[in-house]
Amino acid sequence: MSLETTMNSDTILKVEHLSMKFGGLMAINDFSFEAKRGEITALIGPNGAGKTTVFNCITGFYKPTMGMIVLNQKSGKQYLLERLPDFEITKHAKVARTFQNIRLFSGLTVLENLLVAQHNKLMVASGFTVLGLLGFPTYRKAAKEAIELAKHWLEKADLIDRADDPAGDLSYGAQRRLEIARAMCTGPELLCLDEPAAGLNPRESAALNTLLRSIRADTGTSLLLIEHDMSVVMEISDHVVVLEYGQKISDGTPDQVKNDPKVIAAYLGVEDDEVEDVISEVESLEGGVN
Amino acid sequence: MTNTTSRHEGAAGDLTARALREALYAGLISLGLFVLFVGLKSDQNIRNELILVPRWGLLAIFVVIAMVGRFLMIAYLQPFLASQKVVNAATGMLPDSMASRFFRLPFFIAAVVVSAVMIAVARGLPDNIAAYATIIRGLAIIYSLACLFYMFRIFITTHFTVLAVAALVLYPIVIVAIFGAQGSLKWVDNFGIQILIYVMLAWGLNIVVGLAGLLDLGYVAFYAVGAYSYALLSSTFGLSFWVLLPMAGILAAFWGMILGFPVLRLRGDYLAIVTLAFGEIIRLVLLNWAEVTNGAAGISGVAKASIFGIWSFDVSAPNNFAKAFGLPMSSAYYKIFLFYLILALALLTAFVTVRLRRMPIGRAWEALREDEIACRSLGINTVTTKLTAFAIGAMFGGFAGSFFAARQGFVSPESFVFLESAVILAIVVLGGMGSLVGIAVAAAVMVGGTEILRELEFLKHIFGPDFTPELYRMLLFGIAMVVVMVWKPRGFVGSREPTAFLHERKAVSGSFTKEGHG
Repeated sequence: MSLETTMNSDTILKVEHLSMKFGGLMAINDFSFEAKRGEITALIGPNGAGKTTVFNCITGFYKPTMGMIVLNQKSGKQYLLERLPDFEITKHAKVARTFQNIRLFSGLTVLENLLVAQHNKLMVASGFTVLGLLGFPTYRKAAKEAIELAKHWLEKADLIDRADDPAGDLSYGAQRRLEIARAMCTGPELLCLDEPAAGLNPRESAALNTLLRSIRADTGTSLLLIEHDMSVVMEISDHVVVLEYGQKISDGTPDQVKNDPKVIAAYLGVEDDEVEDVISEVESLEGGVN
Repeated sequence: MTNTTSRHEGAAGDLTARALREALYAGLISLGLFVLFVGLKSDQNIRNELILVPRWGLLAIFVVIAMVGRFLMIAYLQPFLASQKVVNAATGMLPDSMASRFFRLPFFIAAVVVSAVMIAVARGLPDNIAAYATIIRGLAIIYSLACLFYMFRIFITTHFTVLAVAALVLYPIVIVAIFGAQGSLKWVDNFGIQILIYVMLAWGLNIVVGLAGLLDLGYVAFYAVGAYSYALLSSTFGLSFWVLLPMAGILAAFWGMILGFPVLRLRGDYLAIVTLAFGEIIRLVLLNWAEVTNGAAGISGVAKASIFGIWSFDVSAPNNFAKAFGLPMSSAYYKIFLFYLILALALLTAFVTVRLRRMPIGRAWEALREDEIACRSLGINTVTTKLTAFAIGAMFGGFAGSFFAARQGFVSPESFVFLESAVILAIVVLGGMGSLVGIAVAAAVMVGGTEILRELEFLKHIFGPDFTPELYRMLLFGIAMVVVMVWKPRGFVGSREPTAFLHERKAVSGSFTKEGHG
């Protein structure tokens, strides 16, 4: 691929002119942003703004109608994510994700959840099952290492005591932490978190902040997160992108975004004298669609 | 806080009041029941007249016992049992932990000692104490016997696999010892081999349905592919069973992949319908492609399996097994050999399943059953994962099919109807999806149960000579399924054994595992 690297090496993800259409609905309209390596980038916006759609485009669950998503790995390898099937985005491009409605393997134990996440590594070690089935030692060694890695993340996520319980038996907050630990077991360079603090109490979201910070500090993983909880967003993110009606309305540091009048208008509504502007804008949009 | 305490007191008061009320009812009922039985006694007086003797005291004792018993039951026993349930839930022990608290080794030793002492000193006791000593001795002996029984049960459940395999290996030997070579035929063939074929098929299907969660209603197609590939290749090219056994497996696995490709995108009911159609397509092709498969007439005279080509079971062959060992001619040897062959094949299936579950591919199957989207987000290629599940499940179906052809000596499309798929699936569901032991038990109950129906001659004496119990086997099959599904909706073994553990191996309750989306 002849990507003229206008992006410098400390950009990990570059989304350019991303558009996603569902029938007549323009869920995302010409959306561009960049995420820097080793930073925590937050994607915020009112409900229905298209944040999760952006995530699904980045992680391959949707194929965007238009636009380009470039992932720039530490080794210098570049991937065009919109062209990869979803599982290869995790496998090769090293992008892991969590889900807004938690998707754990509830009938598997906590430890097994983390072992499933190391599938590709273990698959190679077991000689694509053949060598492992015959009892070769390479697989036994790899399995032991996989359990060690799982243990490491269980300790980080404070779940080590629940390792042998079914994942469906954990409390909501613990399930959120387990999902993050599971995504980290795939060894990602970019971790995408879809509303990690949803449904957490203040103490749990403080613990989440600590976990996310330590992930960034210890592994150098870059984070991209969607979040409604401003105590999480403003405290830990280095860079905030605001999305409304599928379009970017603001982009900058948390402080810049907090004071951006467009953002305030999007979140709090607008003054009376601005209503007419908004109506005319909406009408012109509808005209565009028709 | 005060609110809750008062509610507690209120609850306690309620309980006593309820217990008193229930005791009163019990007293009234027992009074009504016993007033004529116990309260009045018909007797003869000295002039030979029939008189009624009132026994109000005895009646009162009966009524009081009933009332006190009911009161204690409501006020103490039921709350105690409920609190035990809470304790069980808190300690995470299974409900039968009541028994494990009641039957303990120290108690058992104490009971044995007590009964021994009582027996030893029984002679020297004065009469009035001796009666009590006898009661205590009796209780101690009963308790220690119950303990022994309980421990025996624990031993059986913990060593079930080893004991079951040992019993199966010894089964033909015991049968021959009891019934003789000729009499053993029915027991080895109808019960042993027939059940083990279904065990193997159900274990093969378990990989697809129980582990990967892909509902396959056409599994019998792979059984048919295995049977026909053995029958056709052996009668056309004269290849031996031991060459064709793996080949039948490979061909069935290949057909498993062929089925897998078009159904990759399908889920749930849609997947079930397409697999059902696939099973029927295979059967109809076998029925109508008469130049190759000989149509509905089937292929007869399929070669028997040999003991690795060293000894044959053909009567005319010079290396006939019976001749080689100077034994009288009998078909029992072949059946016993087939029994061990299918036992070995079934154990191979179990071994591979257990091994695969601990491998990344087995975990990926189970993860696929739990949540396919999460699987994809973790970099698991769901296409190859599904295809391997179909292929490996089909492979074991193919092995079983070639065994079936070698056993029957005859194959026809009639053996591979949809009902067979349904029975195999029913066994998997009844046994508990994913559990090898549960499935084996379900196969023994379902297939063995219908075979036993043929043996129930005495029913003719009850229902008349026209009664044929075999005709009711499907009815009983259905009733059994309904009963099991009501009492054990997750099958005989509803829990799941984890494939790896950090501190201790805890079974995962069936309420957490999913059945898969299709």
